[in-house]
Amino acid sequence: MWTWFHRLASPPTFYRLADRFAPWFGIAATGLLAYGIVGGLFFAPADYQQSDAFRIIYIHVPAAALSLSIYMLMASAALVAVIWRIKLAECVLVSAAPIGASFTALALVTGMLWGKPMWGAYWVWDARLTSELILLFLYAGVIGLNQAIEDPRAAARACGLLALIGVINVPIVHYSVEWWNSLHQGSTILKMGKPSMNADMAQPLYACLLGVYFFMGYVLLRRTQNELLLRERGTAWVKERLESSNV
Amino acid sequence: MIQIFAAVLRRELRLAATAKTEWLMPLFFYVIVVTLFGLGATPNDPKLAEFAPAILWVGALLAALLTLERLFRADFEDGTLEQIFLGTQPVTLVVAAKLLAHWLLTGLPLALLAAPLSSALGFSSAAIPALVAGLALGTPVLTLIGGFASALTVGLPRAGVLLPLLVLPLVTPVVIFGAGAARVAQSGLDGAAPLYFLAAILVLGLTLLPWATAAALRNAFE
Repeated sequence: MWTWFHRLASPPTFYRLADRFAPWFGIAATGLLAYGIVGGLFFAPADYQQSDAFRIIYIHVPAAALSLSIYMLMASAALVAVIWRIKLAECVLVSAAPIGASFTALALVTGMLWGKPMWGAYWVWDARLTSELILLFLYAGVIGLNQAIEDPRAAARACGLLALIGVINVPIVHYSVEWWNSLHQGSTILKMGKPSMNADMAQPLYACLLGVYFFMGYVLLRRTQNELLLRERGTAWVKERLESSNV
Repeated sequence: MIQIFAAVLRRELRLAATAKTEWLMPLFFYVIVVTLFGLGATPNDPKLAEFAPAILWVGALLAALLTLERLFRADFEDGTLEQIFLGTQPVTLVVAAKLLAHWLLTGLPLALLAAPLSSALGFSSAAIPALVAGLALGTPVLTLIGGFASALTVGLPRAGVLLPLLVLPLVTPVVIFGAGAARVAQSGLDGAAPLYFLAAILVLGLTLLPWATAAALRNAFE
């Protein structure tokens, strides 16, 4: 198992594997998102209370779920990068941060657009909103730190340490702002037992959720490949690749 | 172990004694920031007292931020830090001593200074113990997180702009609980619960951040 792990962590092997998997991730993401968004925006029944405004859920909830998942993924990569100093983990770490920041920003913007008609304000100082905003700042810190340090390996390790301290901080931030103030509705789909949502509404949402995860996989693989090429530009396997693809 | 800790602490304090302006400036900065809040509001506005916890906390935070860039910079530039890493003593211990010295020179004075400043904003004097206790528990966390961030950015030419971006999101719980304790005490209730949370965060920070700071410093040398 460990030899397999080490082989996977070597840049050329990962690059080849990513090349094989990325297109499938892309296809799955396109299909699921097309079904989810078309089904959600045009065919799902309107909510009895929020009417058509609830449809932002098909963008907002997947984006919010990803914003946290990517942080977890980034922190796991950070742990591997800091402890075992695996180059691939460093690449994953720095490639994941901008994706996470984009989804966090998307979740915030869609939430604000929904908040105006529903709560009567674009922004309220609510627990979930505030912790999401702070998450965006944490991503921004990682991106800024990575760009400020010249040596890419030292930069990635510094970002790794920051991401790890950040991940310990995220639950503290979450509970501190939650006790401070909360207005956001509870989770609808992750409740135990029967979901409090109609199946016609829920199915496109599940498709969107799964779809954005595939999309993230696709983008992350491609970004990591780019990062690897950039860092390994002096090595033999990159030259071989360039020659074989006739660029 | 204790000897090394005491030696580093003594060195830091002696260095500070030769450069008094360096640690007196943040205190003046704090006074000026709070004064400007008073000047920005209408004269003797009673609302200022309501906002006093937020003003005093954010002011202390900004004043502490000013000093962070210098925390490891001088030692990094003149090679002291390199010697510390070459030595046999645990780096974490040296880092912890430096952080303690930093807190004694900035955090503690800022916490004490908040008491007279709070009465300038019309903050109720009965709540001052909660405010000062909150700052006394919160400023060491600022020093710990700030020390970690300044270790990450040590040797960078643009560290000054990056530092606030790294530090401020991490200290939000401290501000919430610290200003919360002052607010609760001001409304005549018992502010102990948020103070316990602050103490818990401080203990967590003490057990994690000196090690993380040492790792970040080591990373800057490789």
